[in-house]
Amino acid sequence: MKSNLVDSLIKYWLLPMVGAGCVILLWAVASSSIVPSLPSPLKTWEVSKPYILSPWEKRGELDQGILHFTWYSLIRVAKGYALAIALGTPIGLLLGMSKGFTNTFDPIIQVLRPVSPLAWLPLGLVIFQKPEPAGIFTIAMCSMWPTVMNTALGVRSIPQDYINVARVLKLSPWKTLVKVTIPAAMPYMFTGFRLSLGIAWLVIVAAEMLTGAPGVGGFLWQEYNALIYEHIILCILTIGIVGFMLDRVMSLVERRFKVA
Amino acid sequence: MAFIELSGVCKGYGPAEQRTNVLEDINLSIEKGELVSIVGYSGAGKTTLISLLAGLIKPDKGEVRVAGKLVTGPGPERGVVFQNYSLLPWLSVLENVQLAVDQVFPEQSREDRRARAMKFVEMVNLGPAAGKLPRELSGGMRQRVSVARALSIEPEVLLLDEPFGALDALTRGVLQGELQRISQESGKTMLLITNDVDEGILLSDRIIPLGAGPRASLGPVTIVDIERPRDRKELNQDPRFRAIRLGVLEYLLESGKARRAEREAADAPPAQTEARAPAPSEPVSIVEVSL
Repeated sequence: MKSNLVDSLIKYWLLPMVGAGCVILLWAVASSSIVPSLPSPLKTWEVSKPYILSPWEKRGELDQGILHFTWYSLIRVAKGYALAIALGTPIGLLLGMSKGFTNTFDPIIQVLRPVSPLAWLPLGLVIFQKPEPAGIFTIAMCSMWPTVMNTALGVRSIPQDYINVARVLKLSPWKTLVKVTIPAAMPYMFTGFRLSLGIAWLVIVAAEMLTGAPGVGGFLWQEYNALIYEHIILCILTIGIVGFMLDRVMSLVERRFKVA
Repeated sequence: MAFIELSGVCKGYGPAEQRTNVLEDINLSIEKGELVSIVGYSGAGKTTLISLLAGLIKPDKGEVRVAGKLVTGPGPERGVVFQNYSLLPWLSVLENVQLAVDQVFPEQSREDRRARAMKFVEMVNLGPAAGKLPRELSGGMRQRVSVARALSIEPEVLLLDEPFGALDALTRGVLQGELQRISQESGKTMLLITNDVDEGILLSDRIIPLGAGPRASLGPVTIVDIERPRDRKELNQDPRFRAIRLGVLEYLLESGKARRAEREAADAPPAQTEARAPAPSEPVSIVEVSL
């Protein structure tokens, strides 16, 4: 029991700390020798301190605590992500259920899927004429594909047994969808939702950088222009940590939906 | 006209040019209230036969009629107990049965439907497990849920596809007893597909062997004129039981041997078509003599 505790302390705390320490060390060495323009870890901490220690403070539109910026970004991601799920799930269900639909729309989906957020955003600006909806549009367009693909896969992998049950009971198409198809595809769908959220968070930085909206990405770009390079690193770390936490939360939800 | 009628039914799989018939010229009639068993090798086409009756697949030739009506698709008047239980894993025992009841008796009140679902869950002795999920149940319990679901919708016919095939011998014995009781109480028309000759004789009014595949067809019908309720232990001593058993087994073994000889003859030149056929070499479960 005791050695188990020590084991897991080493495994889940000590070793990850060592890993992070190595990277910080490399960073320190690099900034002091090869790349003098790169702020050192210590300098980064000093310059970032006010933003971290009073994370909710709002000194001005573009000068706020890091959590405040994160909050703006999260709201924006939530809107785009909700749109992605709302569009992606039905498209995935249709792809999974209908061969005709797949033959018709799968090629165009495969063409649109690899398009970069940097390409969607200007189009969003043209369509909506405002940065906010354009950003949400971009997030939705980029992040819905894993939901589409996994939902379709989930529907296609429903065991024939479940479909036979629905057929013998003569469930209506709607009832089959609600009572059999969606619950059976749920584990796959949640994998899609989790991957989609990851992409949505990835896209936010690009969207905010190009639109100059307040948020982590906007802050990052603004501080680059203001030559405060320490804040770029602060933003990168924030984006990483938030992304990691979102993924953890989603995989906890995902696990709940895995049934035998 | 009999209640269930199969006449000249053929069914094959595969593309047209190398299609092998799984079932060939199946003729079968079952009277209302009868329990008929079909015993055959694994892979002989037993599940295909049940699927044809259930309407899940269509025959290539011939026709399937139930209560005089041509079977064109599946429907709740023909309840099916699937080989692998086919319970929806995200629904509890009661909800699995309830799904069927809600669908077939939409005119009844909520409470009536719930009571009906519960009644059938209790009938298979699963009252205390009504709220459990299928994964929390043993194989035998799952199959009971499947039986309860099939019976709860008051089908005209109950089709049982190797219902106890995946269970251990003791559980199988218990469930066979329960099925015997249910069949006597309900007087339902039932078709039982099995690979266990003893089980077929124990439960049915008539037993019919299904020859080895491919191109399997039904063998001679044997009437099981042993009075009910039948007891497994006593049955083993009964000369009538032994005679029926021997007859069915002999037919199955002969047809297996004939198919094997055919295949060897076909194999002598480069083997191709028969290679895909299900292997009939697996013996029927003849070991289970002394239970």
